[in-house]
Amino acid sequence: MLAFAVRRFLGLVLTLAVMSAAIFLIMDVLPGDPAAIQLGTSARPDTLAALRQSMGLDQPAVVRYLAWMVGMARGDFGTSFTYGVPVAGLIAERLAVTVPLALMAIAFSTLIALPLGVIAAARSGSAVDYGASLFAQVCVAVPNFWIGLLLILLFSTQLGWFPAGGFPGWSAGIGAGLKALLLPAIALALPQSAILARVTRSAVLDVLNEDFVATARAKGLTRRAALWRHVVPNALVPVVTILGLQFSFLIAGAVLVENVFVLPGLGRLAFQALAQRDLLVIRDVVLLFAGLVVVVNFLVDMAYLALDPRLRGRG
Amino acid sequence: MAMASRTGRRTGFHAARLGRGLLVAAAVLGLGGTAQAAKDRLVVGMPVEPTGLDPTVAAPVSIGQVTWQNVYQGLTRVDRHGKVQPQLASGWTVSPDGLVYTFTLRDGVAFHDGTPFNAAAAKFSLDRARGADSTNPQKPYFEPIASVDAPDAKTLVVTLKRPVSDLTYRLGMPAAVMVASNSADANRTTPVGTGPFRFKAWAKGDRVELERFADYWDKAHAPALAQVTFRFLADPQAQAAALRAGDVDAFPEFSAPEIYTDFQKDKKFSTVVGNTELKMVAGMNNARKPFNDVRVRKALMMAVDRKALVEGAWSGFGTPIGSHYTPNDPGFVDTTGVLPYDPAKAKALLAQAGYPNGFTFTLKTPQMAYLSRSGEVLQAMLADVGVTVKIEPTEFPAKWVQEVFKDKAYDMTVMTHAEPLDIDIYARPNYYFNYNSPKFNAAYTAAATATDDAARTKAIGEAQRILAEEVPALFLFVMPKLGVWSAKVEGMWESEPVPSNDLTEVRWRD
Repeated sequence: MLAFAVRRFLGLVLTLAVMSAAIFLIMDVLPGDPAAIQLGTSARPDTLAALRQSMGLDQPAVVRYLAWMVGMARGDFGTSFTYGVPVAGLIAERLAVTVPLALMAIAFSTLIALPLGVIAAARSGSAVDYGASLFAQVCVAVPNFWIGLLLILLFSTQLGWFPAGGFPGWSAGIGAGLKALLLPAIALALPQSAILARVTRSAVLDVLNEDFVATARAKGLTRRAALWRHVVPNALVPVVTILGLQFSFLIAGAVLVENVFVLPGLGRLAFQALAQRDLLVIRDVVLLFAGLVVVVNFLVDMAYLALDPRLRGRG
Repeated sequence: MAMASRTGRRTGFHAARLGRGLLVAAAVLGLGGTAQAAKDRLVVGMPVEPTGLDPTVAAPVSIGQVTWQNVYQGLTRVDRHGKVQPQLASGWTVSPDGLVYTFTLRDGVAFHDGTPFNAAAAKFSLDRARGADSTNPQKPYFEPIASVDAPDAKTLVVTLKRPVSDLTYRLGMPAAVMVASNSADANRTTPVGTGPFRFKAWAKGDRVELERFADYWDKAHAPALAQVTFRFLADPQAQAAALRAGDVDAFPEFSAPEIYTDFQKDKKFSTVVGNTELKMVAGMNNARKPFNDVRVRKALMMAVDRKALVEGAWSGFGTPIGSHYTPNDPGFVDTTGVLPYDPAKAKALLAQAGYPNGFTFTLKTPQMAYLSRSGEVLQAMLADVGVTVKIEPTEFPAKWVQEVFKDKAYDMTVMTHAEPLDIDIYARPNYYFNYNSPKFNAAYTAAATATDDAARTKAIGEAQRILAEEVPALFLFVMPKLGVWSAKVEGMWESEPVPSNDLTEVRWRD
């Protein structure tokens, strides 16, 4: 089991190393000189050269790549071209929005999907099951930014209950912060919960047909007790797998949803940095996104071991 | 109750109809909105977030739109009507040869950190702007300055290499604001000026907050607002939603004319269509065939119905122009009649130039809605005279700056030029139009170095007429300033002779 974990961890490190090189190469062939973009239509040859030098753009690519890696190892993420502030601080500010948003979205989608999926499976063929399936169909079909727009239309412009976007900052109070994140979290959660509910339903149905469930029932457990004590825990492995996979969709969705709700999160930072060719910010943010996905996959693998003792013997 | 305070600002049906349960739930969760907004706070929406907050080191106009007149002030200022007024300099005299400007500075002015403003600070600001390692976006403005001297704390003497007719106008622009030597380097993220508001916070990607400066020198014109927040919303739908939800009180430059008409019908909002300095032009590569032939450029200009273009691209808001100057600008002459819309004449002129069957070229359009729509309307109009336009969407800023502006690898493009009085770009060697006209250069130089108003007006008029006749770019229209703000807000600038959101005179009406 330890060997499995170690092998997975080494794989994680290797993946990140390959990714950083790939990200750097892609950034380097992007059209658009960051210095020229910054100077815009007032660019003159002398100021452009001075700015390129101060941005370190006159160095060869290998030197810039190594400088990036060494800096990262030291915890120095570089300075944003556009804002002129350290990238680390910029990312930290944005994580304070995106992490709570993602956690809220995961919490909402799990809270909606798990009960819905379990109940739909337990009463398969009933009206509840059909209702749940219809809900899932609709939510899967509708993209999250569109749900976001509809939520803004109803709860912000019509009812005036929620801000139409923006983020007051946690300094304005936890209530105000959560209020600003509620609609975007729902917009992110609904499509996720639809998929999760379907997976939960089929996983629970599969387990319901297993022999050990019949044994448990034969030993006198009620249907409900058997369901929650034996079926649901055994159905969790595929559910956790999907949750892990959904994490990368969550990040992609966050870019769109943060733009719809004008939230100063990591997704929006990536979007703006790309438009401005703020190379250091894009590199760091993309690597961070990639790193998060890789780490979450690693954690999912570890969670299998915790959830299913049968897997511990392997590797 | 908290809910009640918001009802005045929302539109459409009422919350009560959705049932008491929802309302109670909302109230319990504390979601019903904040307490009654105090009437000395204003939230201003802007489509573009500034990159940095120092207009003396970087070019984006959004920097000035947040900080100019609110945080920073200049020796002079340009007022809402485009006129030059004294500001930190209470007055000035000019030597008869136009070479020596002697400014008298105001007493009792201090920067927000307490540093006194005096002639030494003014000298520092101007020397920094024109210095060797300056990245000032308007560095050419300061190039004619030979020396700056501070004989005493209240006197600043600026000596020029040659007369500059609009020196005091230039000194009133965002790029010429006064900064202090001890805070200048940090101004990019924490601006320190002498203005009525001081910088409070910048949540990057979201908002900049300013607060009233208690020790502001101009007691007679202290601002009514105690707190000002600039919020950045690029998407027109988000802008409209924020205005309707009451998150934003004013949007001086609303981005979508097709939604704007809804606000015009809504009594809760004031809608004011003003002028800007944003000139939309279709720049041509004057060094490339067939655009190196003035007959071709004239023909293309005559093939464009500017009124219809404004209608199609910008819902009829906007003022057609015939040259690179706007009705705001001192010395403006209307040149839209020089090459009026006349497709038949355009065709004849094309035939004369050797293109009886027209020709095909590529138009690089940045992705901004107003530019790509303008490109499509141009395509349709030029098709009427037999010219085929291939539209190539070109991402702005990255690709456009590289391909069009830097490499000049283009036939035609569409762009809005934001700087006031920037007619000098046609006199710059190697500017992206590749235009080189000794006739224009002579007229421009005469205007720029004129020492009296009459001579300047005559020469700048001449310069505009030459551009209208030689058509280095298709001069299309001046963008409107589509202002939307709460009907209770007054004192906003209606037009924009300088890109700014001067909030000094803004107040809430009861």
